[in-house]
Parts: sequence; structure tokens; C-alpha cells
Amino acid sequence: MGVAAIKEYTFEPADRLENFHGNQLLYIGWDQHLLFAAPFCLPMPPAMRFGDIVEKVLPGIYGYHPDFAQIDWSKVEWLKSGQPWQADFDKTLAELGLKHKDALRFRTPGLNGIKGSAS
Amino acid sequence: MDMKVSKKKLGLKEKYQHMTRGLGWETTYQSMDEVFPYAKYEGIKIHDWDKWEDPFRLTMDSYWKYQAEKERKLYAIIDAYAQNNGHLSVTDARYINAVKLFLNGISPLEYMAHRGFAHAGRQFPGVGPRVACLMQSLDEIRHAQTQIHSLSNYNKYYNGFQEYRHMLERVWYLSVPRSFFDDAITAGPFEFMVAIGFSFEYVLTNLLFVPFVSGAAYNGDMGTMTFGFSAQSDEARHMTLGLEVIKFILEQDPDNLPIVQQWIDKWTWRGYRVLTLVGMMMDYMLPKRIMSWKEAWEVYFEENGGALFKDLARYGIRPPKWLDQIEKDKDHISHQAWAVFYNYAAACNFHTWIPTDDEMDWLSQKYPNSFDKYYRPRLEFWREEAKKGNRFYNKTLPMLCQTCQIPMLFTEPGDPTQICYREVDYKDNKYHFCSDGCKEIFEHEPEKYIQSWLPVHQIYQGNCFNEGVDPTAEGFDPLAAVLDYYHLNFGRDNLDFEGSEDQKNFDAWRGMATKNT
Repeated sequence: MGVAAIKEYTFEPADRLENFHGNQLLYIGWDQHLLFAAPFCLPMPPAMRFGDIVEKVLPGIYGYHPDFAQIDWSKVEWLKSGQPWQADFDKTLAELGLKHKDALRFRTPGLNGIKGSAS
Repeated sequence: MDMKVSKKKLGLKEKYQHMTRGLGWETTYQSMDEVFPYAKYEGIKIHDWDKWEDPFRLTMDSYWKYQAEKERKLYAIIDAYAQNNGHLSVTDARYINAVKLFLNGISPLEYMAHRGFAHAGRQFPGVGPRVACLMQSLDEIRHAQTQIHSLSNYNKYYNGFQEYRHMLERVWYLSVPRSFFDDAITAGPFEFMVAIGFSFEYVLTNLLFVPFVSGAAYNGDMGTMTFGFSAQSDEARHMTLGLEVIKFILEQDPDNLPIVQQWIDKWTWRGYRVLTLVGMMMDYMLPKRIMSWKEAWEVYFEENGGALFKDLARYGIRPPKWLDQIEKDKDHISHQAWAVFYNYAAACNFHTWIPTDDEMDWLSQKYPNSFDKYYRPRLEFWREEAKKGNRFYNKTLPMLCQTCQIPMLFTEPGDPTQICYREVDYKDNKYHFCSDGCKEIFEHEPEKYIQSWLPVHQIYQGNCFNEGVDPTAEGFDPLAAVLDYYHLNFGRDNLDFEGSEDQKNFDAWRGMATKNT
């Protein structure tokens, strides 16, 4: 049963890929850094190089945090849907198999937020 | 010359009989199923509507009399409050933001409750519950009206009140209470009654009204306090109706139990998620605190609710799911929610701020297991940055939960350092949730929730700009365009309390009232 209804009730999902003008949604969260109170939602073209997100987009959204400048990106651990994931900065989102509404998290070992409070 | 007449007046019992039960009939031109098309599809089986016991036996004529008397008293106080510049006697102008949250987030729900009860009343084939729903429907529109009238006094002097109706269907955080109620009124009449009549009005209502009404009393807001009291006697009636509905449904057929249990689980969780806003208000927005969110939860849910569910156990009902998680979360959610509103203060129609040192000490004392360890460092960091002129305004849109629509601010049960992520793949699309509760609610009725109007996704689809705005134009500023669409006045309705127009005006006006300048 997809829904309790008095008659046939099926509609397109409100957030299907075609509605985003050529972009797909990518969610991204920085673990242990809850100064940013929730993960982010970003509309990105599938042909975008992943490295461009890290190098050009993330500084704008996470740069406020004093830990951000200290990140050693070669040591960052990535998770997709909660499972370890191999990032490749030279590949595009599509080449990396990132689909619409995929959720990525990254962990920065040794950097645990303001005074180690996960903030 | 007394004439002997046969008894002129009906006794109470007869009057009730004639003016409620006597109003219904079995239809013959059309089948009852066609006249009441929503009565069966939810799977609830009712065999005898006459078994419905109306605990109040109120008839319309007495209803009008009682309510008119309450209105007269209420409006006399509202007028006096307005004429005496009552708004200047509140503790400090930060308090007014709690009132904004109420008008924007809660009052429209009263109106939605009015619509919902009118709908349920129309759809129930039984006369007893129909009349009870009719009266509750009228109560709810009265609450919406009295709240709007009381709070309009604040609208004359302060920002953030003026567009509550327009904002309800647009502003990101208002999609939380709005979608909660939309979910309820688009359900069938039985689910609506369990959702709102029972889970919200009975189980959770004290957690909504006591904090706001006591908060008003503690903070010198006579106007808000008075409408709270005026609504209170209605609430007692609503709670009784909510409980009666549950018992009636469960007594009618054993097959009803699993359906009702699923609704209780769902709606307690949905309601609890909406109450995050109230928890934040109690812990952060009242200059003079009443009790902490955690204490309120313990008194009004754990103690009172515990007794209620013991009582319902004889029908086979168990306490709602996920209470173990709520128990762990009570040290955290108010702080996490305030962090979200502090982050997104530029897109909000009330102000946020960093608590004073005294207030942080109060929070440490009330939350010895969490505040100093996880939340104080964050607040102190923001305060230091704000002093340097670098107040944090988060400009990137957050990830939202598909069910409750709250930004994904909640942490794993038992680990306050880790955001809780849950996801489901459904028909080639991915959906994300803040919790097991919201995920399970989605999985039960995915076709309903895949249509959620999530403000963040709607902005990215280009649906949150005014007509005629061209997002491809050079120099297009999406944030400004969205705030225009919200009717939010930048620099007046939003941003930090410190330096706000509200703060300046309140200080100046109170100065005029108390000093010779």
C-alpha cells in the first residue's frame, strides 16, 4: 500500500531530476562540525569535476570554520550513504557514479570542531 | 392568572437528545456509503455509532452562550492591554520573538484545525461525533481569531508579524508546522481524529500551550496570557473528545487496534518533531525562563503520558514507538534547533541571538550532561566572532528531512556529535530522513511523501521567485529574490536581535515611559 486513498493515487515525485534545470542535488555534510547546524544541499551539474566542488564550492560554505583551512584533503575520509567511498578529484560527478540526491559525508581525522566539541 | 401549560422547557437530557442524536437520519435517496464516502477506506470498522458517548452533552445553544461570555472578558483585557501600552511591560524585547514564532507557526494551525474538524464532522456517519467535531471546529476558528486579534497589537510596533499568512506557505521553517497539519487534514477522518484529536490535543497539547502561556505570564505579556486562558476551557473539552474517540474506535472492532496503534506511533512522533520549535523557544527565547524543555517533557509527557498509556493498555494499546530515542534526545534538541535558526537568521522573520552569560549558566544547570560539553563552545565561538564583526550567517541551503521537513539537525540517538542520516530508495529516487521515526512514516505511505513541498528543493527548482523575476539575468541574487518572494524585509524582520529595529524601538519607547528625557 503506497498510500491510504479513496481511489487510485499515483503522482510524479516533486523532486525528480528533470525539475532541476540540468542540475542534480548533492547533499554534503562535514562530520563533527555542527557549527554548520545541518548538512548542505547543493544543485550541481553532473559534468562538474568533483575537485571543483572541493576547491571552489566548499571554501564558500565551510570557510568560516577555523578547522577548514587546516584540512589535508589527501587524508579526508569520504562516506556515501554511510559507506566508505573513494573520491577522485579529477572525475566528474557522473563519472564517479554520483546520482541525484546522493548524500556524501566527509571526516577530517584530528579536526574535531571548536575545542573538540564537534561544533 | 396562572395558566397550566404542559412542560415548556425540555430537560437537559431531552434537549441533548433532540439537538444532537435527533438531527441524524438514515439516507434513502442515496446510499449512506455515497453520502459518507470517506467513512470506510481507512479500514476502521464501526458497527454501532450510537455507542458513542458524548462526555459533555453540550448543545449548540449553550455553546454560544458560554463562548460569548468568554469573548467579552477576553476582548476587555485585550483592549486594556493595548490602551496601556502593555507591550512595553514585557521583560525585554527579545521576548517578542517568542510571540512572533507563535503567530507565524502556531496560530495558522488553529485555523487548519478548524478546517480539519469541520471535514471530519462532515464525514462521520455518526451524529454524536459529528456534533462534537462541529463544536471543536468552531473553537479552533475562535482560537485563530483571538490569537490574531491579540497579537495584532504587537504588529503595530514590531517587525515580523505583518505577513504571517503569506509566509506560511513559503518560508522554509514554516513548512514544518504547515506540512504537519497538511498531512493530517489530507488523511481520512479517523486518522485526523487520532492525529489531532488524540495525539496532538491529548498527548502533546500541554507541551505546546503551557510553555507559551506560562512564558507569557512570566514575561509580563498579559495579552497572550489571556487568550491562552480563554482557550483553556475549550482545550479541556478537546482532550476529552480525543480520548473518547480512541476508546470508541477500539471498542467497536478488534481489527481497529493495529491501525490506531500505527497512527499513534506516527502522530506522536510527528508532533514531537514540531515541538522542537517549542523546546527551542523555552530554552532560548524567553528572557525569564519557566522551566527547561527537558523538564517540561518529563512532567507533561513522561509522567502524564505514562499514566495515560497505562490506562489504554487494557485496549491493547502500547506507548508510542521511539520513546527511547526521545528520552536520549531531550538533552539536545533545543540547542540543536537554536543553532539552525542562528545559522539561518538572514532568512527568518524573527531574530536570534547568543544567550547572555547568566542564561548560559542556567542552561548548564538545566542540562548538566550536554550544554557545557557540546553547545557552550559553539555559542561562545559565535559570540567572539560577532564581536569582531563576523556574525555567522549561513548562506547555503540545508538538507531537509523528507517527512518532517526540518533541516537535518538531529544527531544519532546516544551520539550528539554525529548527525543522524537515514535514507530510502523508492522507485528510482532517493529520500532522506532525520530519524528512524520519519523514515518509517515515509515507508508506510511513500506515495504521499514523495510529493512533499520541500522549501530547499523548491528554491532550486526555481519555484520561489516572484513572477517576472529572471534567474538567468546578470547579477541575479537568488537569496534576495527568495526573501522578496517571502515578503521578508531585509534588515528589519531578519538578522540578529543585536542592532535590530525592534531592539532600538523598544529601548527608546520604554525609556520614554520610565524616564524624563
